[in-house]
Amino acid sequence: MGDHHHGPAKGLSRWLYTTNHKDIGTMYLWFSFAMFLLGGAFAMIIRAELFQPGMQLVEPGFFNQMTTLHGLIMVFGAIMPSFVGLANWLIPMMIGAPDMALPRMNNWSFWILPPAFLMLASTLLMEGGAPAFGWTFYAPLSTTYAPPSVTFFIFAIHILGVSSIMGSINIIATVMNMRAPGMSYMKMPLFVWTWLITAFLLVAVMPVLAGAVTMMLMDIHFGTSFFSAAGGGDPVLFQHIFWFFGHPEVYIIILPAFGVISQIIPAFSRKPLFGYASMVYATAAIAFLSFIVWAHHMYTVGMPLAGELFFMYATMLIAVPTGVKVFNWVTTMWRGAMTFETPMLFSIGFLVLFTIGGFTGLMLSIAPADFQYHDTYFVVAHFHYVMVAGAVFSMTAAIYFWLPKWTGRMYNETMGKVHFWVSFIGFNITFFPQHFVGLAGMPRRIPDYALQFADFNMMSSIGAFIYGASQLLFLYNVIAAITSGKRVTDEKIWDGAEGLEWTLPSPPPYHTFEVPPTIEEQPAH
Amino acid sequence: MRLSQDPTIDTVAKLGAVSVAMFAFVFVVMVPLYNVLCDALGINGKTSSEAYISVVSEVDETRSIKVQFIATNNDGMPWAFAPDVTEMVVHPGAANDTVFYAANPTTASMIAQAIPSVSPSRAAEFFHKTECFCFEQQPLDGESEAQMPLQFIVDQDLPADIKTITLSYTLFDVTSLMRDKVASR
Repeated sequence: MGDHHHGPAKGLSRWLYTTNHKDIGTMYLWFSFAMFLLGGAFAMIIRAELFQPGMQLVEPGFFNQMTTLHGLIMVFGAIMPSFVGLANWLIPMMIGAPDMALPRMNNWSFWILPPAFLMLASTLLMEGGAPAFGWTFYAPLSTTYAPPSVTFFIFAIHILGVSSIMGSINIIATVMNMRAPGMSYMKMPLFVWTWLITAFLLVAVMPVLAGAVTMMLMDIHFGTSFFSAAGGGDPVLFQHIFWFFGHPEVYIIILPAFGVISQIIPAFSRKPLFGYASMVYATAAIAFLSFIVWAHHMYTVGMPLAGELFFMYATMLIAVPTGVKVFNWVTTMWRGAMTFETPMLFSIGFLVLFTIGGFTGLMLSIAPADFQYHDTYFVVAHFHYVMVAGAVFSMTAAIYFWLPKWTGRMYNETMGKVHFWVSFIGFNITFFPQHFVGLAGMPRRIPDYALQFADFNMMSSIGAFIYGASQLLFLYNVIAAITSGKRVTDEKIWDGAEGLEWTLPSPPPYHTFEVPPTIEEQPAH
Repeated sequence: MRLSQDPTIDTVAKLGAVSVAMFAFVFVVMVPLYNVLCDALGINGKTSSEAYISVVSEVDETRSIKVQFIATNNDGMPWAFAPDVTEMVVHPGAANDTVFYAANPTTASMIAQAIPSVSPSRAAEFFHKTECFCFEQQPLDGESEAQMPLQFIVDQDLPADIKTITLSYTLFDVTSLMRDKVASR
């Protein structure tokens, strides 16, 4: 065997051929940030058009392409890969493993993503335009009435599904087989736990999504009628299959965020996480329940009363384990020696806003009330509170929290705090008014609206521009930290942070834990 | 069960099998199960797609059920399509006959498929069709018309609170779908 302590290769081939979990994590994070900016640019076009009633900037067809691509890119291109990047960087360092279990597959699961999204974005230039049927691509809009570019969309979904499945298998294999001696399951940091459960969800439901798009492909090109009533199929079947994937998918997005918050809040409260075991069980309970609530997205399709009741009660049940988590985070902070650095600010922002999103989710779970809310801006407000203030805020907190560890350089704390406050205020100006216009009946995915919604929509648009601009500040802060940030040499950058990654030098060497660490009696969480 | 000596390969093989199984699950479990459940429970107002074999039964003269007929063309379907009568009053257990009228105003011969739906959906399993044009595809030459027969029985076990049943047909143009199937043979 050669030299075990070699550094990275030089130049472009380092990134093309790398099997190092830190390199691959970095690539995932940069790729997802690029997608975040692209999806964000599409959101800016949407909000610019909605700034005033009437049609100003874009054609209605193009507006629909923007809402579709914004959703697809944010869910599959920005949020999911960003958490995979975080998992790549952190899981081996948190469980005392030298790398991921399958480093070559790791390289492959990253490198098939950029072509998939290039293909998806290229549909904008195709005849008939990009997919315009919404990110949920309900049949027959996505089959009978779809633009020709839908075939490229289907292929892109197939590729990113394969990427997700490979990534998840890798994470499960790493956590199950490569923990350092003494790192029992119930000593693992909560971030590792939430990712382990998330990975199982992904392995179970990404193939279902692949099945749904395969059926679309066959309906469009091979004369089958899975979703066509004329040939004996049923468009409602599409919704059942999609949401059987789609509901676990929303927990795939939010569970790693729960893990991040469960690492950061104890660090800045200088107390161990309250109720570690109950956090693990609550995560598992949420994952289980996510499989039996899918039809709450489709209360209005004409389900029998018994079905509506079952899905309503099952959905409300999810509030119990989620409530356990929120309770535990708040109790962790209770009487802690708290300080409010940027990661903690974003975590508290997450806690407050995610809880609001959870409550609107409970409102939506009430089947008879949902007939009023269905497909209105109330739903848009709800899922942006959980996706942006939930997943994206926690991701931002994670970057501020671990960036000094990864790079050995500190970001600008003042700029970080400004970023938080501008984000927090911009986000709420954008999405809080959408609750009101939604309750008043403004439908989603429509480029024009009735005059009485004008003021709230203008507020929303201004908030969106503020929130969007604040992300450029974030980008600048990160780049400035990497290139010229103040050097940090402490292993434990945050004095309250616990876990194996904080026993490594800052920045950690290219290869870490080639000899497994000894796990002391310290609680890992 | 261990699939390999190497624990990593063992984990990967098992998880790979799970993902392949979940992909197959969509096709071999979810789709048939959905159709079976809809048929069995009458969800979506789906009626049976096969002729009902009538059993000899008493006609319940004490109850009268109003049966309404609706005919709709799917998007882009150029045919004229209408029920002969829009409403009938029938007794549970009795066999009733009616016809639907269809005309193809175009010059090309076309094939149509009618898809039924019953409202309220709870009534679907009590609405039996012994003969229906919806069981088969309907070919029609250009500029010609046809009377399409329907024979049905309302079950005596129809819940007492249901006084009116609406039977709706949507007519789909399946000409190109059928041509593709023939061409691919």
